[in-house]
Amino acid sequence: MPKDHGIGAPMKRREDVRFLTGAGNYTDDINLSRQLYVHFLRSDVAHGRINGIDTEEASKMPGVVRIFTGKDFEGVGGLPCGWQVTDRHGEPMQEPAHPVLAQGKVRHVGDPIAAVVAETREQARDAAEAIAVDIEELPAVVDMKAALQDGAPRVHDDLTSNLCYDWGFVEDNKAAVDEAIRNAHHVTTLELVNQRLAPNAMEPRVAVGDYQRANDESTLYTTSQNPHVIRLLMGAFVLGIPEHKLRVVAPDVGGGFGSKIFHYAEEAFVTFAARQLNRPVKWTASRSEAFLSDAQGRDHVTKIELALDADNNFTAIRTETYANMGAYLSTFAPSVPTWLHGTLMAGNYKTPNIYVNVKAVFTNTVPVDAYRGAGRPEATFQLERVIDKAARELGVDPMALRRQNFVTEFPYATPVAVEYDTGDYPALVDKLEEIADFGGFEARRKESEARGKLRGLGVNCYIEACGIAPSNLVGQLGARAGLYDAATVRVNATGSISVMVGAHSHGQGHETAFPQVVADMLGIDESMVDIVHGDTSKIPFGMGTYGSRSLAVCGSAMVRATEKIIAKAKKIAAHLMEASDADIELKDGKFTVAGTDKSVAWGDVTLAAYVPHNYPLTEIEPGLEETSFYDPSNFTYPAGAYACEVEVDPDTGKVTIERFSAADDFGNVINPMIVDGQVHGGIGQGIGQALLESCAYDENGQLVSASYMDYAMPRADDVPFYSVDHSVQTPCTHNPLGVKGCGEAGAIGSPPTIVNAVIDALHSGGHKVDHIDMPLTPSRVWTAMQG
Amino acid sequence: MYSFDFVKPSSVAEAVAALAEDEAQPLGGGQTLIPTLKQRLAMPSKLVSLAGIDEMRGICRDDDGRICIGASTTHAEIAEGAGDYPALARLAANIGDPAVRNRGTVGGSLANNDPSACYPAAALGSGATIITDRREIAADDYFQGMFATALEEGEIITEARFPVPEKADYQKFEQPASRFALVGVFVAKYADGVRVAVTGASEEGVFRWTEAEAALSSDFTAEAVAGLSVPADGMIGDLHGSPEYRAHLVSVMTKRAVAAAG
Repeated sequence: MPKDHGIGAPMKRREDVRFLTGAGNYTDDINLSRQLYVHFLRSDVAHGRINGIDTEEASKMPGVVRIFTGKDFEGVGGLPCGWQVTDRHGEPMQEPAHPVLAQGKVRHVGDPIAAVVAETREQARDAAEAIAVDIEELPAVVDMKAALQDGAPRVHDDLTSNLCYDWGFVEDNKAAVDEAIRNAHHVTTLELVNQRLAPNAMEPRVAVGDYQRANDESTLYTTSQNPHVIRLLMGAFVLGIPEHKLRVVAPDVGGGFGSKIFHYAEEAFVTFAARQLNRPVKWTASRSEAFLSDAQGRDHVTKIELALDADNNFTAIRTETYANMGAYLSTFAPSVPTWLHGTLMAGNYKTPNIYVNVKAVFTNTVPVDAYRGAGRPEATFQLERVIDKAARELGVDPMALRRQNFVTEFPYATPVAVEYDTGDYPALVDKLEEIADFGGFEARRKESEARGKLRGLGVNCYIEACGIAPSNLVGQLGARAGLYDAATVRVNATGSISVMVGAHSHGQGHETAFPQVVADMLGIDESMVDIVHGDTSKIPFGMGTYGSRSLAVCGSAMVRATEKIIAKAKKIAAHLMEASDADIELKDGKFTVAGTDKSVAWGDVTLAAYVPHNYPLTEIEPGLEETSFYDPSNFTYPAGAYACEVEVDPDTGKVTIERFSAADDFGNVINPMIVDGQVHGGIGQGIGQALLESCAYDENGQLVSASYMDYAMPRADDVPFYSVDHSVQTPCTHNPLGVKGCGEAGAIGSPPTIVNAVIDALHSGGHKVDHIDMPLTPSRVWTAMQG
Repeated sequence: MYSFDFVKPSSVAEAVAALAEDEAQPLGGGQTLIPTLKQRLAMPSKLVSLAGIDEMRGICRDDDGRICIGASTTHAEIAEGAGDYPALARLAANIGDPAVRNRGTVGGSLANNDPSACYPAAALGSGATIITDRREIAADDYFQGMFATALEEGEIITEARFPVPEKADYQKFEQPASRFALVGVFVAKYADGVRVAVTGASEEGVFRWTEAEAALSSDFTAEAVAGLSVPADGMIGDLHGSPEYRAHLVSVMTKRAVAAAG
């Protein structure tokens, strides 16, 4: 019988009632008095020099209030990059300016050239069409390797090349790795592409800027995963507005997947324009704009080599990756192919020598940044694909080869600078074999073959680094921010509680799961606890939600603050019962004196805190409100073992996923139902990457798949019923809840599982195909089968 | 979208009169036109809705046994009401999603002649007759390449008449994103021969695969077309499939359609 409340209970998400009944309050639901609308005129060429912008006719059109161009932003800051990577030679990365509106040049299709502010959205759009832009089109660079050739068109004229950085990790390991590969018994090499994806949150981005002249205060309502980060970046680096004069509100947000972490030009624009015009300014992205302006994900081209000794032990891994940055550096872009990718290259395995080289490249494409998993899916994909290929080359069982090389003793310091605190990878594989019914596979394969289909079984193990991140460590690695989080627990007079958190829920279920923790600690009902998030004027300075960090980092702050509440409440209870603090116990919402039948209820203590008639005023302050900031001492390391069975139709190349099983270790679990949902969603996105999705640019830098007519999102009939399990739990050793994070796991673990399964299916039909680049569309699979 | 005038006539004659105006455009179910307008890719002065014309709705049989479908009949209505021609009803039932099927019309689809649409394959594969406000056009004369038809300016399809075959089937291999036909093949066996119409594949739009028709007319089995193939030359090549892949799928889908037709 599962628990019905508290930590570990599969409670239904309370926020879903408003989401499912149309009562959510999204940014586009916010409409302010005297509000104006902005339409951005965006570049339709990937690369060009702006010789002139004639706004005269457009500015006379009905309803037009003002037209802004890059000139209006001279003297205003550009969009900042939050992470500086240092290259192999100790030099800082090349960091180009990123203006709010294009200045001099456009560098990707969708780059904003001008912004028309008008009384209505349609008027703004009409006027934008009347702007005459004289653009001299320049040759575009799209392919990364071509962008690094001598004489390639330069995305940024003021940089020495299109190379952002050439990063080696760990540079000191390189010679040993080269040596190990030279001396290896067997080396398996694989070249692969981790294709570019569009994040496609269900809610497109929206921003509303407001300005109160009376007190010189600006407010930005925006679709953000981290309102304090936006306030910090936009206030300090772009617009020069001090924190106390700038409020950022991210209300209900309909999915982010990373794309709403970053500070975007449109947010800065509406805030800036509202101040200039002394009227609110609103922007709502169309889906077409989302394809051309939301930071995209992945886009790595990699060569990986795996060296093994005569006993099939992994001896070395060497990778060379080209990582596309797009035309500008998005907020955290430089960190993704480096610290979120290179540090994960050990995977679940005790490979002694690892060297990762990453060349980050500017191209005339939409900027690339973190997308669900961010670097970790790219690492896992390479590693798990090359292991699968090695197993086939060596004629050994792919899971046995993995098991043989597992890290089994913890803590384990990898050769790529991180230390896994805890894990049990063999237990995950045991669990997987049980839920995936490996024993029944051959019979299922025969049944498929009888129907003319090829059936394949693919397996995969992954590890990820979550709970982002220890500030001192990331500071050394180039982060320009701390990555702690914060929570304020405000106990009201009647005992109800508001918890103000720095984390932001945009699908993660914080409003349900966080109260489960507080209620459990206090022994009260969840209905007495509400979460407040998404408004910098209400919440403490926390860094938001990404990198599967909310519970591990912000949840830890919440636990610490609640512990302070309990300590203070015990003092009050001791006073009320004329006992010693040390003798007070809190259980089931009641304070008792140990060894006696004396007790006071939770509500009596909270009331005393706010009506302190009988209260130790000389010792403690009235009130019951505590704040904690929590900075993790390490990453957390969720891990898992996945299996997938596919059928391939040999006539058409169409792949269908027949079974998908996931055994994950997330440490302790607060709400297993929400965890199931997070894993389901992550696998769904992984299926999208493996089989369907791709941002395809043509040689001129036009995004060919810029609408749902060509960009294939997974739909209900593309995904199977999943079998997921998270009963293997090795609690995190360094945070108070022992939690690890579950938000990205599915998206990290599933793509290689699926590709491995397809390759297995093809081999079962006699097709000696080593690799197919994602997405494994029917066309690509069929073409590969033709040899 | 740009602003436009909107009229909803109740007779074909009124609709034809309304369409005489410059830049006026007929509106069927709007499943292509409305997204086009939203993207500001079209700027009609007036939209003439064909949804309020009773004489353009409904399904019946004529004296020759043909299924006669009013041009403003929706895919959902055809899926439900064209049971006398099961392959056609199934084709309608598999277009888009319920929202599309409840708005989209057969007349709109035939008039638009999207190279990946389903109905052109059914009309050409059935040797249907397209009835307009002013004439009757044989399907063989009607389809004239991608988005091109025999329709004149201001001419409205009012009805399509489908001879009912002895056997028929439509096999659609979906483009993964749009779920239009990457390749769709309609096979219909009549007393006087077999017709095979292919949509989605060719740069020239829907076409008849005459070689397969000849083979199937003498032997209506999947084996009869096993050795046949269409040349890749002239097939569409894009993100979703090469010309070679599409040419291959034409063979596969034809075989499957014949097998399914029984």
